Amino acid sequence: MSPPDPRLQLLNITKRYPSVVANSDVSLTVMPGEIHAILGENGAGKSTLMKIIYGAVKADEGEVMWNGRQVAVANPAQARKLGIGMVFQHFSLFETLTVVENIALVLDEPFDLAALAKRVTEVSERYGLPLDPFRLVHSLSVGERQRVEIVRCLLQDPKLLILDEPTSVLTPQAVLKLFETLRQLSAEGVSILYISHKLHEIQALCDSATIMRGGKVTGNAIPKDETPASLARLMIGRELPVCEAPLYTGDSRPVLEIAGLSQVSDDPFGTTLHDISLTVQAGEIVGIAGISGNGQAELLAALSGESTTARETVRLDGEAIGHLDAGRRRDRGLVFVPEERLGRGAVPALPLSRNALLTAHRQGMKRWGLVDYAKARAFAEQCIARFDVRCGGAGSAARSLSGGNLQKFIVGREIMLAPKLMIVAQPTWGVDVGAAAFLRQTLLDLSRTGVAILVVSEELEELFEISDRIAVLAAGRLSEAKPKADTDAESIGLQMSGLSNEKTPESGHAHP
Amino acid sequence: MIDHLIPILAGAIAAATPLIFAGLGELVSERTGVINLGVEGMMLTGAIAGFAAAATTGYGAAIGLPAGALAGAAIAMVFAFFALSLAANQAACGLALTIFGIGLSAFIGQHYVSYSLPGLQPVAIPLLADIPVLGPILFKHDMVVYLSFIAFALVAWTLAKTRLGLLLKAVGESPEAAHAIGYPVLGIRYGAVAFGGAMAGIAGAYLSTVYTPLWVQNMSAGRGWIAVALVVFATWKPARLMLGAYLFGGVTILQFHAQGLGIELPVQLLAALPYVATVVVLVLISRDRKLLQLNLPASLGKPFLP
Amino acid sequence: MHILEPRAQPSQLMRWTAPLIAILATLTAGSFLFWLLDKSPLESFHVFFVEPLTTSYGWSELLIKASPLILIAQGLAIGFKARIYNIGAEGQLIIGALFGGGIAIHFDGVDATWLIPAMVVAGALGGALWGALPALLKTRFNAEETLTTLMLTYVAGFIMAYMVNGPWRDPEGMNFPQSIMFGDGALFGILFDGSRVNTSIFITLAVVLAFWLFNARSFLAYQIEVGGQAPAASRYAGFSAKQTVWFSLVMSGLTAGLAGVGEVAGPVGQLNLNISPGYGFAAIIVAYLGRLHALGIVLAGFLMALIYLGGEAAQVSLQLPAAITGIFQGMLLFFLLGADAFIDNKLRRPAFGS
Repeated sequence: MSPPDPRLQLLNITKRYPSVVANSDVSLTVMPGEIHAILGENGAGKSTLMKIIYGAVKADEGEVMWNGRQVAVANPAQARKLGIGMVFQHFSLFETLTVVENIALVLDEPFDLAALAKRVTEVSERYGLPLDPFRLVHSLSVGERQRVEIVRCLLQDPKLLILDEPTSVLTPQAVLKLFETLRQLSAEGVSILYISHKLHEIQALCDSATIMRGGKVTGNAIPKDETPASLARLMIGRELPVCEAPLYTGDSRPVLEIAGLSQVSDDPFGTTLHDISLTVQAGEIVGIAGISGNGQAELLAALSGESTTARETVRLDGEAIGHLDAGRRRDRGLVFVPEERLGRGAVPALPLSRNALLTAHRQGMKRWGLVDYAKARAFAEQCIARFDVRCGGAGSAARSLSGGNLQKFIVGREIMLAPKLMIVAQPTWGVDVGAAAFLRQTLLDLSRTGVAILVVSEELEELFEISDRIAVLAAGRLSEAKPKADTDAESIGLQMSGLSNEKTPESGHAHP
Repeated sequence: MIDHLIPILAGAIAAATPLIFAGLGELVSERTGVINLGVEGMMLTGAIAGFAAAATTGYGAAIGLPAGALAGAAIAMVFAFFALSLAANQAACGLALTIFGIGLSAFIGQHYVSYSLPGLQPVAIPLLADIPVLGPILFKHDMVVYLSFIAFALVAWTLAKTRLGLLLKAVGESPEAAHAIGYPVLGIRYGAVAFGGAMAGIAGAYLSTVYTPLWVQNMSAGRGWIAVALVVFATWKPARLMLGAYLFGGVTILQFHAQGLGIELPVQLLAALPYVATVVVLVLISRDRKLLQLNLPASLGKPFLP
Repeated sequence: MHILEPRAQPSQLMRWTAPLIAILATLTAGSFLFWLLDKSPLESFHVFFVEPLTTSYGWSELLIKASPLILIAQGLAIGFKARIYNIGAEGQLIIGALFGGGIAIHFDGVDATWLIPAMVVAGALGGALWGALPALLKTRFNAEETLTTLMLTYVAGFIMAYMVNGPWRDPEGMNFPQSIMFGDGALFGILFDGSRVNTSIFITLAVVLAFWLFNARSFLAYQIEVGGQAPAASRYAGFSAKQTVWFSLVMSGLTAGLAGVGEVAGPVGQLNLNISPGYGFAAIIVAYLGRLHALGIVLAGFLMALIYLGGEAAQVSLQLPAAITGIFQGMLLFFLLGADAFIDNKLRRPAFGS
């Protein structure tokens, strides 16, 4: 008996974009029932490759073989017909529609919501993915939304399931449950392409791995036979950089004090904050763990001043600032690095010199309402040099920078404002490993000069690396911040889910 | 009193008819995320095309309305090319369409200024028209008024009950997600804009071939803009749009009955009432930010380039 | 249908050549239109764009028409940078004219040097007031300024109609809807004999210089630009969105009001129903065509004035209705928006294998 045809085979795939070659001569093979990892850091070309398989992007060169036959996948609908399902990293769900309506939109069959809802319930129960088909998607937690995506794929009876960074939105416990579901599918013969940059997950789950760097395949491996260090070398070409956290020896005083902060969100799809209290001392980094959508955006806006609140609930260096807007808080020594770099932390089409002006105009750049653009430019140039921002100079548009370099510019700009308190959201999201290490070390060094730093991040490993204390934000409530040594990933994960707003259909039967 | 009211309410129904057609069309277009501020221009294009077709063929509104729909849809495609394919600023493209439509209709209309058309005779619907009070208000109108009832029912049913309606809403909320799962976002938006154009064209042709029935330069007199405002007032729901349209029909018709009702205001100020009412209504609905945000198609006005 | 893909860097070349491309495209489409109408395109263009400029009187008329367009567009450009779409400058112009004209009517027969300055101030106030109304409705009640400014234009038109039919109607005007002709003291002085060019162009000149400085150097202009391009970044930096709304709507109302006074105390000389041939709307196109730049707007204003003059000439020489001006304006705006798409995008490469 000859071995079965591979489920999927990519042969010499190349895809060029105007400024970058996203995939160069990429080949890989996935067998039926195999769980195959694509490992690589941000910008390695993983997502482009998946879009090519799913028909959302066309390759410039190369062949796609499906069950031994060459195919040209023209669009996602055809991919689904072949039996390829995709769970997107940024979900492709419609918030104002119900679960079953979302699913109906991808199925190529007569429109009968009642019958479909029954099938949704059946499939979701069979694979341990509880879902209420009639809930509106915007009322679901991120984890539940991922279940909708997975169930939507399963209803089409897929032969290959692609998951793009699926665990970034899950608690550690939910990750284990997802792995069980994926193993069950694999046992039923479904192949799985698992895209990730998290080494231990790939070792725990995957049968084989293709490692990519800079758009090229740099190796194939059996993850269980490798060490994290050897996988990391293949992924980034060198050892994983490590940050150093020296001891803080300066004076300790509370810089940020949050006391009893409660706030109803203006956004109908937002999260309400409940009685949040926290103190950040000079010279320390406090991390807030938790999955986005649990009040992170609302808390950050309430702290930065983008939304104001009761006067006494937020204090900066002893002064009540809850009622002040973002500009006045900045006047008093607060700086903020938001999660969205383009469009919030920086204006995409403006050059860096003008983006410096955004928050640094306080540094003597204006007189009688007129701007001294030479000073703004000098500030930007200094920031570029000091924080190793790789770009075409102070005249480059913000949007022409890579994520890591723009983040270095924004973090650098805010540090150069000589803050008392720095608030940072997702400091290294979407940033390559080298820049991420640089940014983490920069934050550590800054805190040791006596600046209080609050970091909000979804990456637990990152928080453990740089924080002195860690708290968890779930369902709009903040747990007590514990010294890093007194807690671990597991107990934080429990807090994330224990307090989280994940409602199973049994507990929260709230039909809209 | 009721004798006074019946003709006023019946008049309001007729005056609301063009707003209903134009408003339903714009509503569908906005549901998919495209705001077309060119309704006024499309209405005028439909008005002159309908009038010209009716006047030259002699078949009246029967040929005028389809001609208006066709012309409205055709000119809407100009908007669609710039606003969708070239992803240009939708508000500005709509404005360009209005300026262009006003100019084009006046240009073509110069040959038709002295014509007049017979219009349409009212048709009383058997049985229904005999219901006291409601009968004469609702069921003694020309055929196009009944057509507006049907158009409402069709649009409302499609949006609420069909896969197509779901898809329109989905594209309006997140074109990115719709594209990711493989729907032709631009194609769907082109279709919605064409529908909006056709409906605005019918509205215009109704004005020029039935309601007035004359060609007068700029005869839509801001009704296209009021239709756009009505869609906001309706929070993108067809039933509320009908309500709003009849309200405005009433305000419009009021100026002709003001004397009879004992209202003594100069005619010019009475004529300004519908526009003032539009502002008031916009203010009343917009102050509830959450209500608007809950219903607003999330991608409204944002260009989509995959 | 997807014919564009984003450029890595916005094209500065396209930013400045887009208006020229739009003008060329409009001329091309215009030729086609003339050809359809059985007119020789070359001859028509001569009538439209060359003949008006062959006499010094033609040039003076060009200046008269360009002045209000430039004035209004300067104010509108501020708002457009902030993505505040005031499309009701026409109404603000009418209210400005009404306020300024009211002073002239009230002090009819008084020949004092303060009369014209008082009219200018009143007109500016009137326009600013009509712009402040939508600003209030937007900041306080969240009402879309596009629709409110436009609706208020109709309202302004009816108020004007009421005034010239009622309280301010010229008793000797044979019942025409118009006010008395203003006295010499209530009119801007003529600059060149034999022309209608008057001293109001100095107001336009001053406004152009002020806005040029404002745009180039002021922090407020920077804040407005950030607010328009990236509202979240503006909130993040702590800039006030309400301040931008108020400033841009009041300023654009103010300049439109000034333009209104310039008309009634200039070439029109009274209040009536035809004080503006749609300057308030055409100025929207002028602002975009001039790249929202103070000096660009000056050039664009002259081009738009030429389209108006050409439309009038075409009426006389080619027996074409004046509505052709609107057709040209609409096409110009469409082509400009289309050309602008190529600043940030380029034509898509044909996809591989399809």
